[in-house]
Amino acid sequence: MFIIDCPWCGARDQSEFSTHGEAHIVRPEDPETVDDTEWGQYVFYRNNVKGWYRERWMHAFGCRRWFNVLRNTASDAIATTYVPGAPRPSLPEDT
Amino acid sequence: MVKRARLPGALLIDQKQPITFTFEGKTYQGYAGDTIASALAGAGQWVLSRSFKYHRPRGILTMAGQDSNTLVQLLGMPNVLADKTLITDGLQVEAQNYTGSLMNDKEAEISKVARFLPVGFYYRAFFRPKGIRNRIWEPIIRAKAGLGKVDTRHRGGYYDKAYGHYDVVVAGGGLAGMSAAISAAQHGASVLLVDENPILGGAMNYARADIKGKRLRARCAQLRQTIAESANITVMTDTVCNAWYVDHWLAVIKGCRLHKVRAKQFILAAGSLEQPAIFHNNDLPGVMMGSAAQRLMNLYGILPGKNAVVLTGNDDGYGVALELREAGAQVQIIEMRDLALAQATLHDGCVAAGLRIHYGSAIYAAKADRNMHHINGVEFGKIAGKGTIAKEHQQISCDLICMSVGYTPTYQLALQAGGKLGYDDDTAIFSIENLPKGFHLAGSLNGVFATDDVQADGQRAAAQALDGLEITHSLAADFLPVMVQVNHPWPIFEHPDDKNFVDFDEDLMVKDIRNAVKEGYNELELVKRFSTVGMGPSQGRHAALNAARLVAEATDRQVRDVGVTTARPPFSRETLGVMGGRVFSPERLTPMHHRHAELGGHAMRVGAWWRPGHYGVGVDRVAEINSEVRNVRENVGLIDVSTLGGLEILGADAAQFLNRVYTFAYLKQPIGRARYLLMTNEAGTVIDDGVACRMAEDRFYITATSSGVDRVCRQMLWLNAQWHMDINIINVTAAYGGMNLAGPNARKVLQKLVSDEVDISAEGFPYMGLREFQVAGIPAIVFRVGFVGELGYEIHVPATAAEYVWDQVLAVGQEFGIQPFGLETQRVLRLEKGHFIVGQDTDAMSTAEEINMTWAITQKKPFFIGKRSIELRNRALSKRKKVGFRLPSGITSMPQESNLVLKNNKMTGFISSVWLSPTLNAVIGFAYCAREDAQIGNHITIKCDDGTLHQAEIISPHFYDPDNARQKL
Ligand SMILES: [Zn+2]
Repeated sequence: MFIIDCPWCGARDQSEFSTHGEAHIVRPEDPETVDDTEWGQYVFYRNNVKGWYRERWMHAFGCRRWFNVLRNTASDAIATTYVPGAPRPSLPEDT
Repeated sequence: MVKRARLPGALLIDQKQPITFTFEGKTYQGYAGDTIASALAGAGQWVLSRSFKYHRPRGILTMAGQDSNTLVQLLGMPNVLADKTLITDGLQVEAQNYTGSLMNDKEAEISKVARFLPVGFYYRAFFRPKGIRNRIWEPIIRAKAGLGKVDTRHRGGYYDKAYGHYDVVVAGGGLAGMSAAISAAQHGASVLLVDENPILGGAMNYARADIKGKRLRARCAQLRQTIAESANITVMTDTVCNAWYVDHWLAVIKGCRLHKVRAKQFILAAGSLEQPAIFHNNDLPGVMMGSAAQRLMNLYGILPGKNAVVLTGNDDGYGVALELREAGAQVQIIEMRDLALAQATLHDGCVAAGLRIHYGSAIYAAKADRNMHHINGVEFGKIAGKGTIAKEHQQISCDLICMSVGYTPTYQLALQAGGKLGYDDDTAIFSIENLPKGFHLAGSLNGVFATDDVQADGQRAAAQALDGLEITHSLAADFLPVMVQVNHPWPIFEHPDDKNFVDFDEDLMVKDIRNAVKEGYNELELVKRFSTVGMGPSQGRHAALNAARLVAEATDRQVRDVGVTTARPPFSRETLGVMGGRVFSPERLTPMHHRHAELGGHAMRVGAWWRPGHYGVGVDRVAEINSEVRNVRENVGLIDVSTLGGLEILGADAAQFLNRVYTFAYLKQPIGRARYLLMTNEAGTVIDDGVACRMAEDRFYITATSSGVDRVCRQMLWLNAQWHMDINIINVTAAYGGMNLAGPNARKVLQKLVSDEVDISAEGFPYMGLREFQVAGIPAIVFRVGFVGELGYEIHVPATAAEYVWDQVLAVGQEFGIQPFGLETQRVLRLEKGHFIVGQDTDAMSTAEEINMTWAITQKKPFFIGKRSIELRNRALSKRKKVGFRLPSGITSMPQESNLVLKNNKMTGFISSVWLSPTLNAVIGFAYCAREDAQIGNHITIKCDDGTLHQAEIISPHFYDPDNARQKL
């Protein structure tokens, strides 16, 4: 159980949050024009990294807002949290 | 019953309170505060258990709960630590792992000659073909691997959880930990100090640092006093900090309670574990750690031997010798170092006391009586080189061998946190690095051993913690401790007759480790898997260092390069009760909950909700459900639907938003009308459904499934976080109480509760109509839906008034034969009507096409979530299809949900819903079957739980009232 710094509420226990996988998955602008392979990539394929990972979280038992977390999947260290639309933070040096 | 005098001044026992207990059926007496092991030792019973493989007698090794020699059986509880568990009057204790009796174990004789379970046995056995392993080896392994017996009739105790939040948690209440706790608390930090012993003080309670032996006791008393007077230090003794997780989430266990503790800063001051030397018979009763002898004397008043030999490689061994001497024992010292290196405070004290010291020597073998119940002598000689002893040996008669040859830091929690253990092969000094932020070490974990330095190191750790808390302080954050070498680099001496144990738990000897390396397992992790070294109950606490030394030597490397095996939680044994215990699981009750209980509702758990499944005295569940079904069909029923998810979508873009999120069309939905909602995900799978009520141009009140509403709401919030449409999404599930009034008499009942101005006639309030009016004087949202297939009104009122409205509806409905009905009844009613339930009749692959719901998908709109995938999946249809089926009512075995649909003995689908319909007098249900078989009139084969096969006829899933005449009344 780690602590997540909600961009709106501040630091709270992980049990207040729900996680929803990789962040910055861009939905194809016009789904009708992409081929099936590209569409399948969008729907099903996600990176599964050991190390720093940008992922979506939601403060389910708090403000119920969505935000992004830059988390190390191996150590559970969290480098930063940021709101949707904010520029992507770069990966920490020690990767 | 043997009674022997105890030494005076024992810290933990009260000799005024005798306690009687039994061990192996024999009665013993100890005192309040005695552990099982100390009480037995006090009575001269040194054999406590038999070893794992060779059934050798074993006794006290650490007296600190850190070895498996002392594991005993209590009534209903196996593998209890005899050196930690206190005796109580009438306690019945049995030894473990023997055949015959503890003192005369038949298997001990066998294992003297037979080479049973050679090293690598398990590893090899489990690589054999599976059948051989299961049939031949498993029963043998199970019989041999048993330490203790589980009593399946045992009634567990009360286990619970608690939470704690502190600025600083200190694990370990010795000098370093006490010092750190005091320093942190003096600066205003809230501190939790955890120690596994009954009293604070750690080694100060039994070890000695000066010749007179008074210094540590005095200092300890003073620190204990300061802590007792500190308002912001919480002390938990008899408590173990068993695991570290990220951000200093600590599993702290005291008795039957797990404390989930969050620390802002964590100080590990858990001290060190004394390590054994390796020589022939180093495992037998009478051979113990020097610290174990000191604990026995100072904590329990037990003299562990009259003729003692202390094997030492550090100054602590001389403290042990002095203490034994003062307690009246004859003592000789076998010093592994030369005189020049041995000179220090306590050594000089022993010289002054006239104790005989054999310098530069080591033990070659311990001698024991024929039964090996206790050692009776020692054979030793000059050290000729690393691990070798010169040919000329001397003998000493003795009944005690104390080992003081070094320590390993109690590094487990630090390594769990990602710390890296370092080891200097020349000085045999450990170091721990790479700790996460806010994790500090204090005391001997830092390689600090001198008394004043240990106390200063506790202050230094507190300074670091205060820095982390951003509390200003004037504590010295840095100082240079005197480095003390406490470890002899090579206390391992092989013997041609083996029985020189590296791992006492697993009965592994020097040659076993060497053989593992010879087999090619040259990394420590591989040696561990192959030989099982460190896998026993004490998890390598006394085996890891010597095993690493042997692997390093055999592979011509340094110990620092071999390292230690990975440390994972838990640190020590944890009962299942502690992990299970009371679970905090939220439960939700509807506003009418208490009425259901009064009406005889049979509560069932649905997600977090408690709902009545049906009502009645409970004699015949099926009959009660069917009776409720009939009453809805013939008269009128009322069901609590408050658990149904409720969302409000407000704003100019509300209709546009629903159009994107659901498959149907909502832009032109008129105000005052309800419309079906079907939700698919991006993969085109059906994930939720409900009803959209258009309350205004810019306001929808929508329902979602009870279990799905949180997910649906989250997803909506996520989507609009990207789309930025002009809407608000509010989960109002708990704000409303809902009930569904259904049956041919429903209108008559409702009429009695509304004013005359409200037109609820078939024309004025038609099917799928939506109105807002007062019901029993309470403002309500009412809409007509036909989930159960009858004329029905869904009435949603403010939650606070829901029980009142429920009561009113039931009261005025009396004359029309109203009865409440439950969730199980509703499931039967909707099955008869042919309505599916998301999650019951769909799974993670179900498309609208498979479940015959394509009518709810609008292809005309340019975009909705799932559209692209639905088109794709429509081009290559799945192999299955959901159908309705019927079996004759006289069927002998009743099919159940999840029973398989078979074709040529292969599974093509399964039953998702089934019931013997009281309305249709036939078994009806939904099933998935092969698409090519899914035509009306075909037959599918269903396999029941009892293995019987039945031919079911595929019929239209609209079993009841296919023309929808009744719901449109
Ligand atoms: Zn928040």
